[in-house]
Amino acid sequence: MGKRRRLGRGVAVVGAGMSKFGMFKDRDSKDLFAEGFGELFSSVDKGFDPREIDCLYLGNFSNDFFTHQSHWGPIIADLVGLTPKPVTRTEGACASSALAFREGVLAIAAGFYDLVLVGGLEEMSKRTTEEVAEGLALATSPYEGRVGFTFPGVFAAVATAYFARYGVTREHLMDVTIKSHHNAPLNPKAQFPVSVRDMLKAKKESLTRRGFPVPHWENEKDFLRDLSVNPMVAWPMHLFDCCPISDGACCMLLASEEIAGNFTDDPIHVAGIGQGSGRGFHGSPDLTSFEATKYAAEEAYGMSGLRPEDVQFAEVHDCFSIAEVIHIEDLGFFSPGRGAFATAEGLTRLDGPKPINTSGGLKCKGHPVGATGISQLYEVWTQLRCRAGSRQIPGGDLRIGGAHNLGGTGGTCTFTILERR
Amino acid sequence: MEDLPFSDVSYNKYIAEEKLMGSRCRGCGALFTPPRSICPVCFGSAMEWVTMEGKGKLAAFTCIFIAPPSMTAQGYGRNRPYCVGVVELVEGPRVAARIEGVDASNPLSIKVGMAVRAIFPYRTDKGGADSYLTFEPA
Repeated sequence: MGKRRRLGRGVAVVGAGMSKFGMFKDRDSKDLFAEGFGELFSSVDKGFDPREIDCLYLGNFSNDFFTHQSHWGPIIADLVGLTPKPVTRTEGACASSALAFREGVLAIAAGFYDLVLVGGLEEMSKRTTEEVAEGLALATSPYEGRVGFTFPGVFAAVATAYFARYGVTREHLMDVTIKSHHNAPLNPKAQFPVSVRDMLKAKKESLTRRGFPVPHWENEKDFLRDLSVNPMVAWPMHLFDCCPISDGACCMLLASEEIAGNFTDDPIHVAGIGQGSGRGFHGSPDLTSFEATKYAAEEAYGMSGLRPEDVQFAEVHDCFSIAEVIHIEDLGFFSPGRGAFATAEGLTRLDGPKPINTSGGLKCKGHPVGATGISQLYEVWTQLRCRAGSRQIPGGDLRIGGAHNLGGTGGTCTFTILERR
Repeated sequence: MEDLPFSDVSYNKYIAEEKLMGSRCRGCGALFTPPRSICPVCFGSAMEWVTMEGKGKLAAFTCIFIAPPSMTAQGYGRNRPYCVGVVELVEGPRVAARIEGVDASNPLSIKVGMAVRAIFPYRTDKGGADSYLTFEPA
């Protein structure tokens, strides 16, 4: 399809930091970015002087709408003491900060900058759920919004097409949710650090304590089938198929490979990076695939010389359960129609052959949209450096991980492959 | 009608006039609805209007229980879900549309692949601003 591209010179991640994700009444975007930057500062093994940073690329989707403040670039540059150096904001809906990361990589690869700060943020929880839904719907296709499609609605429709084509049911998608909720309690930054099993247990205990009748939920799927626990949002997407409303920030420090050794003896290299664009859902060539993901993946694989089977684990954009299933097919990890079955068979679990969303994913880690892309890369970086604590992928010898970010209803997608050499 | 620009405004205006219209590239014959002014196949910009038959099959759908403000204003929501979908027209292109004449509170009764036809229940005289492309089971 596309040309085979390569970076003019190598780029490595030498530091990273991430705020806790969640809904924070008393903390704003600056507070959250400061928390992430503080962690980044101490993550650089040999230390660094922030005065050496050449510039900042900042991903943000719609703080304009959510906080009634735009032009966040200089606010954050000022926060971390970068002014008067340049800052550029990138917007790619939910893929905004993956674009910031990519711009940083390209600027260093071009030889223009040597040390670049990239980051992302979003502050959504100060708005009502209806307002957030309206804000997010700004990123759907105009034809879909007009007839009444919501964001969950578009992915729900993808699911019905997928079900009809491959004989999959809602039951298979529950395995995506159960898997993400299994990983999240192992991630101290996650917004919902609780497994479905523990939620079931807590609910039973609370009903018993208050003297209410306790339903007989046999297992996690039985619990998720109960509409009083897991109400419908847009058939077949229920509450537990959908990611939450979140606040959060994340950042990374990128350096040319030539100087990466000044900062750490354990740099994580950008092996391949790709970005694609896509049409609205109804116009996409295949209703059970995202063309932008495929283009981005082809670019990243072509650049790195790696194949899907070489990528040992990945974070993918599970804004809805069906999305994860489709991405792991579009990225080539599983053949079309196999993603849901592979998940149900446990192949994507933390201890499976292809761990997906070890962070808990957007579903449980949270999805402050403009921060998500770099937070996925943060998880890959953390895993590759074996600093993931109790959610560390077992088996050792992790070398290659991927991060897939999707914006809108597939309008902007990226795939980035990081490598520990 | 030949004079209207190949735009979303024109597309919606035609829907308000109970017509589902598309554009065909005079250069390569590719057909589009909603209409396009630039052909992404041959990059030509000479287009002509084509009336679509308004028949097709349901390619994907959802029944929405958590509705946006524009739909709650019409009385839809948790207790009154509505169905929207993607219809693959007999001519080939796919369109996003409201789906009526189905039981949105019973999504299992609605089938991908079912035959549908265009109806125009939202005709208004506001120049198409309030019209929605709608289909029902054929």
